[in-house]
Amino acid sequence: MAAPVTWAGVLVASLACYGLKLAGLSLPQSWLQNERLQRTVPLIPIALLAALVGTQTFATGQHLVLDMRAAALAVAIVAVLLRAPFLVVVAVAAATAALLRLLL
Amino acid sequence: MSPDSRRAILRDALGIAIASGAYAISFGAISVASGLSVAQTSVLSLVMFTGASQFALVGVVGGGGSIWAGTVAAALLGSRNALYGLRLSSILGVRGSRRALASQFVIDETTAMAIARDDPRSARYAFWATGVALFVFWNTGTLIGALATQAISDPKVFGLDAAPPAAFLALLAPRLRAREPLAIALAAAVVAIAVLPFVPPGVPLLIVALLVSVFGWLRR
Repeated sequence: MAAPVTWAGVLVASLACYGLKLAGLSLPQSWLQNERLQRTVPLIPIALLAALVGTQTFATGQHLVLDMRAAALAVAIVAVLLRAPFLVVVAVAAATAALLRLLL
Repeated sequence: MSPDSRRAILRDALGIAIASGAYAISFGAISVASGLSVAQTSVLSLVMFTGASQFALVGVVGGGGSIWAGTVAAALLGSRNALYGLRLSSILGVRGSRRALASQFVIDETTAMAIARDDPRSARYAFWATGVALFVFWNTGTLIGALATQAISDPKVFGLDAAPPAAFLALLAPRLRAREPLAIALAAAVVAIAVLPFVPPGVPLLIVALLVSVFGWLRR
């Protein structure tokens, strides 16, 4: 996927994220002090990350599927509830999927 | 700032950096498993340098979505860094080229480290120490994960396709310490799955972002 369009997306997204950081340090405080904006922006990562968990677990492309990834997510939820560190959560989920594929 | 508090800040900064280096290894692995090249993966960590956005972009692409849906998702997730910048600007007091450099370090971890300090000098020291250490470990970890994954033939054998949801869950978990965020998260996941069969891959994320923005804006 070294296609030019992928490179374009990578660069545009990277510069957009940098621009947001720069804007925070540069724009007049009053611009971003809007109370509704302050309340709304923190909700976006919560909703997006949750949507990513759902779609990445239960879909392939546009099709809903139930496969090893659901079992891996269940194990990851347990790891998170046990307050496991980030890498452990990811590793146990991957290991679960790999192991189930090997066994079944 | 006493030598003791300086040492304590450095120790914390290094601890955060090492932990995130491990997390960067998983980013590098997931990114290459999603079909991005090692160079593209490294550019994301060098220039984008904000974890959740990077995971979102490669997650959308890996899930069959268009790169542009991934781009929008990454930018939406990066919007919170603008608010961090707002909080940090009076503490840091940087202008010109130093501001351009400081901007790159405006992320979750540096903000948390800086605003936890009582005096401005310690806050600035914590910001820069955490930023530099994290940048080094983040990019090193990314490269290790990317190169290692490039070397294996089928990432599915190692369950790497199951890694992104776990990564997103681990990023999400610390934000769910109250009832409302938990309800928003569950609703967002349900809506995204419900609309998924009817729109192109990646677009469910944008629908969810729009809905939660409207909700946040209108609620009192």
